[in-house]
Amino acid sequence: MRKLLLAASVLALVSSSARAESPIHHAPTQAAALANPLEGSEQAQRAGAKLFARECSACHGPGGAGSGKAPALNRAEVSNAPPGTLFWVLRNGSLFRGMPSFAHLPEPQRWQIVTYLRSLRPGATTIEPRP
Amino acid sequence: MPVRRCVLRCRIGRIVTGLFLLLPGLQAGEGPFFITYTHQMEEPGNLEVATKSVTGSPQGGNSFLGAATEFEYGVKGWWTTELYVDGQATSGDSALFTGYRWENRFRVLPREHWINPVLYVEFENINGADKSLLEVVGHDGLEDLLGSNSEARQEKEREIEAKLIFSSYVKGWTIAENFIAEKNIRHEPFEFGYAVGVSRPLALAARPERCSFCRENFQLGVEVYGGLGTHADFGLTDTSHYLAPTLGWTLANGTAFRVSPGFGLTDTSARFLLRFGVSYEIAQFGRATRQLFGSRGGRP
Repeated sequence: MRKLLLAASVLALVSSSARAESPIHHAPTQAAALANPLEGSEQAQRAGAKLFARECSACHGPGGAGSGKAPALNRAEVSNAPPGTLFWVLRNGSLFRGMPSFAHLPEPQRWQIVTYLRSLRPGATTIEPRP
Repeated sequence: MPVRRCVLRCRIGRIVTGLFLLLPGLQAGEGPFFITYTHQMEEPGNLEVATKSVTGSPQGGNSFLGAATEFEYGVKGWWTTELYVDGQATSGDSALFTGYRWENRFRVLPREHWINPVLYVEFENINGADKSLLEVVGHDGLEDLLGSNSEARQEKEREIEAKLIFSSYVKGWTIAENFIAEKNIRHEPFEFGYAVGVSRPLALAARPERCSFCRENFQLGVEVYGGLGTHADFGLTDTSHYLAPTLGWTLANGTAFRVSPGFGLTDTSARFLLRFGVSYEIAQFGRATRQLFGSRGGRP
C-alpha cells in the first residue's frame, strides 16, 4: 500500500512538473538548427518589439516582464535559447497549456519577434518600438 | 425614477467606455475573410467584437442590409466560442431582429501542420427573414431575399451546422477550405455547402515604427463559396455561388476593417453583394474586467 502511495505521488509530481515545463523544452532538436535570417538586425529588433507589444505583452507583460497569466520572458532560458527553438514555439504554441500558435504571422514577423526575445535580459533596458 | 435610470445608464456607459479605452487592443487576425474560416483560434481570454454586414439589391426585390454582431471569446488555446446576434433592414419593408447563433470551434491537432483541421459546431435559432448570409448551403439563393419580412419571419430555422475546416499558412499565404453540413432540427434534409479562401498581406515583414498605413497592415484575398444541394440531390444544380475579392486593413490600435464585393456566378445567385465589417479585439478581457470592477469596488 505504501509503495502504491509512493508511486502515485511520484507520478503526480512528474505530471505536475511536466505541466509547468516551458514549451521551449518541447521543441524538437532539429528546430534549434534553424538560423535566424534577421539575427543582429536592429531594425528587426525594433519591429519585433512592436509586434511583441501587440501580440504578446497582454499575457507576458510589457517588455516580457511577466504577468499573472503567463511567465516572464526576460530570462536567460529564453535569451539563450536557439533562435530556431523560439521560432518553433511561436509557430506551434502550446495549445493545451494556454499558449496560442502564432503561425498566422508571416515567417519574417515571427523572426522579428525572435530577434526581440533574444535581446531581453532581466532588468535590462530594451529597445521599444518607434512611436 | 428618471434620475435613477440616468444614473444607472451613465454608470453602464462609463464602464463600457472604460473597457474599450483602457483595455489593450490586439490585431484581429482572422484575415480578410467573411465566410471562410481558418484554423486560427481566438487567444485564450481575449474577446473580439465584430460586425459583419452585407448589403444588396436583388433583382426583383428590395435593397436590404443584413447585419451580424459577433462576440468571439477564446476559452482555451484549442477552443473558441462565438455568439452572433443577427438583424436586417429591407427598404420599403421593415427592420427586425432575426435571431442568434452560437458556434464553437475545436482545434483537432495540437501542433501546426501543412494542413490543419478544425471542427466547427453551431446552433442557430433564426427566422426566415435573416439576411446576414454568413454561409450559403443547399439551394440558398436569390429567392430567399425576395419575400416580405412579415411572411419570412414566420419560418423558424432552428438548425445545427457543422463545418470541417482545413487551412494552411504557406510562405505568407493563408489557404483555407471549409465543408459545411447543415440540418434543420425539425424537418428538411441535410444541406451542404463550401467556402474556399486565399489571402496574403501586402508585406510579410513588419516595419519598426507604429503605423496604420504600412503595407503589412493590408491583406488582400479572394473567397469562393456556395451551396452543394442536399443529401437527396447533392451537386451544383440550382445552387448559388459567389466569387468575392476581399480587403482587410488593420489600424495601429488593432481595429480592423474589411470589405468584400461579391459577384454571383449562377442564375440563382444574387448578382452583387457588398460585405463590410469592423472588428476590435480586447486582450485578456476576463482578467481586465475583473480588475476594472475590482478597482471600482475598492474605492471609498
